[in-house]
Amino acid sequence: MERSPVIRLRGVHKSYGPVVAVDGFDLDVPEGTCVGLLGPNGAGKSTTMKMLTAQAIADEGELEVLGRRLPDESKVTRAEMGVVPQLDNLDITLTVEQNLRVFAHLYRVARRERREAVDRAVEIANLRDRRDTKVDKLSGGMRRRLLIARALVHRPRLLLMDEPTVGLDPQVRQELWALIDALRAEGVSILMSTHYIEEAERLADTVTIMSHGKAVAVGRPAALVTEHAGREAIEVYGPPARLAEVEAEAAQLGVRTRRTGTSVSLLAVDGRNGAMPEGERRTTNLEDVFVLLTGEEIA
Amino acid sequence: MTAIRARRLGRLERPAIAGVLVREAINFSSYWRATTFSSTIEPTIYLLAFGFGFGALVSQVGGMDYVDYVATGTVATAVLFSSVFPAMFGTFVKYKFQRTYDAILAAPVDTEELVTAEVLWIAARAGVYGSVPLLVGMVFGLDPAWGMLTVPFIGFLTGLGGASFGVLVAAILNSIDNFNYVTSIVITPMMLVAGTYFPLDTLPTWVQVLGALNPLHHCVELVRDACFGWAGWVDLWHVGFLAGFALLMWRVAIWRMGKKLID
Repeated sequence: MERSPVIRLRGVHKSYGPVVAVDGFDLDVPEGTCVGLLGPNGAGKSTTMKMLTAQAIADEGELEVLGRRLPDESKVTRAEMGVVPQLDNLDITLTVEQNLRVFAHLYRVARRERREAVDRAVEIANLRDRRDTKVDKLSGGMRRRLLIARALVHRPRLLLMDEPTVGLDPQVRQELWALIDALRAEGVSILMSTHYIEEAERLADTVTIMSHGKAVAVGRPAALVTEHAGREAIEVYGPPARLAEVEAEAAQLGVRTRRTGTSVSLLAVDGRNGAMPEGERRTTNLEDVFVLLTGEEIA
Repeated sequence: MTAIRARRLGRLERPAIAGVLVREAINFSSYWRATTFSSTIEPTIYLLAFGFGFGALVSQVGGMDYVDYVATGTVATAVLFSSVFPAMFGTFVKYKFQRTYDAILAAPVDTEELVTAEVLWIAARAGVYGSVPLLVGMVFGLDPAWGMLTVPFIGFLTGLGGASFGVLVAAILNSIDNFNYVTSIVITPMMLVAGTYFPLDTLPTWVQVLGALNPLHHCVELVRDACFGWAGWVDLWHVGFLAGFALLMWRVAIWRMGKKLID
């Protein structure tokens, strides 16, 4: 059964002066799913996130969130969604509990439910022992968990996360993945922007790859990999001159390639006959698709 | 889930304003000591410096004891310091460095409600801290009067305009260093051309005109009348001027802050 989307964007445009940030962008987030918004820096992910809370106003296009039109009905919509910002904006001189209490007020949790809402959020953040600790005494991972729990204090139906694990070490990142996965299992719809491919691959039901303000590919991570990069790749290592040769050879054979810095990957080589450059065979991944579609040059 | 029946929420809603005020109140609990300390010590220093310094040379100004004159004048200075500066620096820090406003505007709060709540909070503080010089003045011989009970409200009204002006400055300027221009060109002259430490009526006409346009001057006059006897219609004019100034600054601050916060 087709579930109704909690986020539906059609032909959204947003420019800042001469700079086009979002350029005819479409996006669907079906209810109860986690959608990964994947793209290199400057692709328009953060601008898209800001438009979903009406902190940026689109120049053109339709934006519908939880069945309501933005920006006109944004305020009532914001009451039912939680936002985890990319930059930590906790009140650092306040305790864990005080931070959560402030947001229980801002998100209009009824007076009699406030205490329980704060207790629940403390549990989500797994900060029971740190309830009365000031935020500036917490570790980076704890602050991130608190930031996520703060966004959940009013039991939102939809959670927006802008680069939720940026700048964190691998252990902390895995801990947060477990937390996000648990939320999805509870039925919270999630839109998560990230440029960590592994993060999208693990957590997202579907992925929208964004480049230069547009959606360049949409689908389940595994399906996108098969569609764009096939099942197998050949990885050829060598000095730059050799890599250029390999690329030329591949072009003649009609094989798509991508650079990885120290090597060239020949994509979708499964089932191909004939002479192929020598190299290591490996399974393709979402990173192959990402680099293929968003370009190898760093903007 | 939070039950919100109306499909579209209105403007200037009480829960939104209350939410921002609660944030300020909880934050205040972590720094009230420092603020209260400086708000009490500063007027004391002014009173000592001007009261005893000048007081040795001047005993009477405009028919009042100089200590009474300075104690009431210092109310306006205290209101100015506890409204314009916290609004300027606080707004800038919360918007630019702490990114607090990003978090608040992601909640069901609009720029209009955010600015209104911040201004109400700062004005309330200005009303309270603005009255401290009277208490200090009493230690130095100022006679208590029933009219003094209105001084916190005069401070609040003046504080509304001062806080809105501060928010406006933070919304317009892009760097905290540029605040110095505002302090030198606007705030310091405003503080002096207000009749706080010396009367304006013996000075050149242009100074008197500036004084008449200076909200702080209206604040000072009102405070003196509250302490030493109301003066009739002219006091209503002072209240009207302060209210008009506050209203204008409040709307302009919301407009400029909206431009700054919403892309």
